[in-house]
Amino acid sequence: MDLILETKGLTKVYGNGTVANRRVDFGLRPGEILGLVGENGAGKSTLMKVLYGEEAPSAGRILLEGKEASFSSSQDAIAAGIGMVHQHFMLVPSLSLAENLVLGKEPKRKRSRFFDQDEAVRITEELSAKYNLKVHARARVVDVSVSMRQKLEILKVLYRGARIIILDEPTAVLTPQETEELFAELAELRRQGHTVVFISHKLDEVIALCDRVSVMRDGRLIATHEVAEVDSQTLSNEMVGREVRLKLDKTATSAGAAVLVARDLSYVDDFNITMVNHVSLTLRRGEVLGIVGVDGNGQTELVRILTGLERSLSGSLKVGGRELMGAGPGAIRRAGVAHVAEDRMTVGAALGASIQDNLLADRYSEGRFTGRFGFMKTEAMREEARSIVADFDVRCASASQSVASLSGGNMQKVVVGREFTADAEVLVVSQPTRGVDVGAIEFLHRRIIAMRDAGKAVLLVSSDLAEVMSLSDSLVVMSAGRIVAYFEDAAAVSDKELGLYMLGLKRQGEDEIRKVLHED
Amino acid sequence: MIDFIAGVFGSSNYWYIVLRSTAPILLVTLGAVITEQAGITNMALEGSMLWAALVGVLASAATGNVWIGLAGGILASLVVAWTLGFFALKLNANAVLCGVALNLVGTGGTVFVLFSLTGDKGISSSLASKTLPFIKLPYLGEIPWLGKVVSGQNIVVYLAILAVIVVHVILNKLTIGRRIRATGANVEAARSAGIDPDRVKFLALTVSGVLAGLAGCFLSMGYTSNFTSGISAGRGYVANAAQVVAGGTAVGAIFASLIFGITDALATFLQNIGLPPELIQSLPYAVTIIGFIVVTISRDRREAARKRALFASAPAAAPREPVPPTRPGRGAA
Ligand SMILES: Nc1ncnc2c1ncn2[C@@H]1O[C@H](COP(=O)(O)OP(=O)(O)OP(=O)(O)O)[C@@H](O)[C@H]1O
Ligand SMILES: [Mg+2]
Repeated sequence: MDLILETKGLTKVYGNGTVANRRVDFGLRPGEILGLVGENGAGKSTLMKVLYGEEAPSAGRILLEGKEASFSSSQDAIAAGIGMVHQHFMLVPSLSLAENLVLGKEPKRKRSRFFDQDEAVRITEELSAKYNLKVHARARVVDVSVSMRQKLEILKVLYRGARIIILDEPTAVLTPQETEELFAELAELRRQGHTVVFISHKLDEVIALCDRVSVMRDGRLIATHEVAEVDSQTLSNEMVGREVRLKLDKTATSAGAAVLVARDLSYVDDFNITMVNHVSLTLRRGEVLGIVGVDGNGQTELVRILTGLERSLSGSLKVGGRELMGAGPGAIRRAGVAHVAEDRMTVGAALGASIQDNLLADRYSEGRFTGRFGFMKTEAMREEARSIVADFDVRCASASQSVASLSGGNMQKVVVGREFTADAEVLVVSQPTRGVDVGAIEFLHRRIIAMRDAGKAVLLVSSDLAEVMSLSDSLVVMSAGRIVAYFEDAAAVSDKELGLYMLGLKRQGEDEIRKVLHED
Repeated sequence: MIDFIAGVFGSSNYWYIVLRSTAPILLVTLGAVITEQAGITNMALEGSMLWAALVGVLASAATGNVWIGLAGGILASLVVAWTLGFFALKLNANAVLCGVALNLVGTGGTVFVLFSLTGDKGISSSLASKTLPFIKLPYLGEIPWLGKVVSGQNIVVYLAILAVIVVHVILNKLTIGRRIRATGANVEAARSAGIDPDRVKFLALTVSGVLAGLAGCFLSMGYTSNFTSGISAGRGYVANAAQVVAGGTAVGAIFASLIFGITDALATFLQNIGLPPELIQSLPYAVTIIGFIVVTISRDRREAARKRALFASAPAAAPREPVPPTRPGRGAA
């Protein structure tokens, strides 16, 4: 079959000498959905940025419908019918969805420079109906959900006339239901003749959605399969280059003393929604307490309160018996609470700073790194960074490289590496494997269990239900900002049953919920 | 004292002066609003005004034509704004630092030029410069009290009101306004939509340059009839604070600059009752800064209070996105 877009011997070397793509022969058939999988740092995003004109190839050729193409900017790629939805949103929060959609290519009133608001809304609604991507044209971006923003990004690409649509990890921030919706919409795009490249770390998704799948490893494109002919085990072995164990071994332990005691926490967000509604819980040593719930039901805000990033409107927060409500993130950290933030791009890491600076951000002022008169002990700092990088398998050229130049999964390893070596008693871990490849997921999961076995109290929040269920010893379900159920033994509950609680269809009695307080 | 103040507020003369004092600060505040919306702080407004005030006087004296003077003044102001744009956008220098540097050049440079040409370091009274016309409004002027306030003002006062409308239309009705706001709110998003953020910022700087130029010319060719050293008197800086009070809108700029205008005019009257002039002259600035602080704090407070009230009264929120949690392809763990 003829290819609509292909690369021949494409090589990309970044300015700092990183070879991100090595002689890649990539091919895209018209009208297909092609999955692109590979470990963190395998070069998937880089390859796509080259095709989208954002990065210039160092060597090799790009062929569009058999003809040589060269894009000097993404404007050229857009003109050629290629669109890309980035790993991170490119939207203006204060403008409406319709205004965002037409930005840069605005409809104008007849023979004038006046912005035509109604026409913008009409265009948005028309496109939205045509591709069955439902959005509120008049709402402002700040007021709509993540999944609607994602749809808007896809509509933006379509509005600019893209026939080839590249989606870089679109499902990383979506809930399972939203993912399913997105898949139906992408299938609709395929039916209407569009070609889609779909990058994801979730192999099940790739198998469920795509026609073919290409595997990248270490900058090379090593295989392309018809999806009907592979399974996720084969794919993950190919990606990692070794056997990956998709199942987790975990021995039972018994929980110890209470370390973090939270009582009656509440929070109201900027849109006046009560995100956390009188929540109380207790974290105990040697136990992973998982929080499940549909994204946006207060998990994020609860974590922000527990780690001091947000102030509760009521209640108390005690760590090791000390009251820390309103003490701020620094004091809470010093009291022994480490935090793997759900958003590594904004809260978890300082992107422009080096790997070393990020790893030492919470401890540089300690005596072992800062000597008398405030002079830094550079050798000790370098040694600490080097050992965490090795221990957590951060793939980088050196620890002085900026975190921004790392792939998503390796950024996450930097954050986890810092928090897990912080010598904390409590670990608040939020979305630890979002956008992380299978090999790294396996690694991170083992580290979380190891921390538990070392007697730490772990609070785990994840929108990956399978992940929370397999890692947690006991479970709490949050719905509409409340704890609606507590299961002492996570292994004894099915995901079907959890689903009923997550949706707010079922709710345990106060007595059962109170057991999470461990007040006997 | 009370009687005196009441008398002042009742007099049409006072409100006439209020409008006159408000016009220049309004123009520069509008300039600050539009640049800030585009995501670049125009700290050089002060310098723009100074050069406009001087060049306006020089050009009108040299040609005997007030309009050539005005055009020259605006051009001088634009040169300052474009210089800021060149350093901040093309050479990626810090915009605020560049702005301050340009202001320092303006403070010293205008005096230097004045001295070189006239031999006087303080005032341009030896030059036969022109003043911009004062305009009697045909019917409005007949109305008792009100006519005395609004009629007979300098043309720039009326232009300032026109400028509010123009800036409002640019920001809210024109395509370029969306681009300005998009650039200010999220540069990356604007860039990825094919907008050139530097061009947008340059354009905003150009508009603010024209507005500051108009304000500067008014100071030396209408408000007074000479250029004096430091004639802008910090209005360019105050504009950046007033811009915050204005909440980033053209209409808000009216209120923000009225705060300044009302106290500035009051200061003129208060001088008559023997308060120390240094204290009085600092009044409008102090009041604007206080306004700035009050607005910022009350915005935060209102936000917090609203949340607390809502939390106390609100029923529990409904669960978001009520859809089944499982998905084919992923079984139980
Ligand atoms: N701007 C940059 N400068 C230098 N090196 C970079 C830059 N961007 C990416 N890299 C490096 O290039 C390699 C490939 O990165 P890329 O982002 O393409 O990986 P990826 O497959 O998309 O990974 P992930 O799944 O984690 O997003 C990595 O080693 C990364 O550190
Ligand atoms: Mg990537």
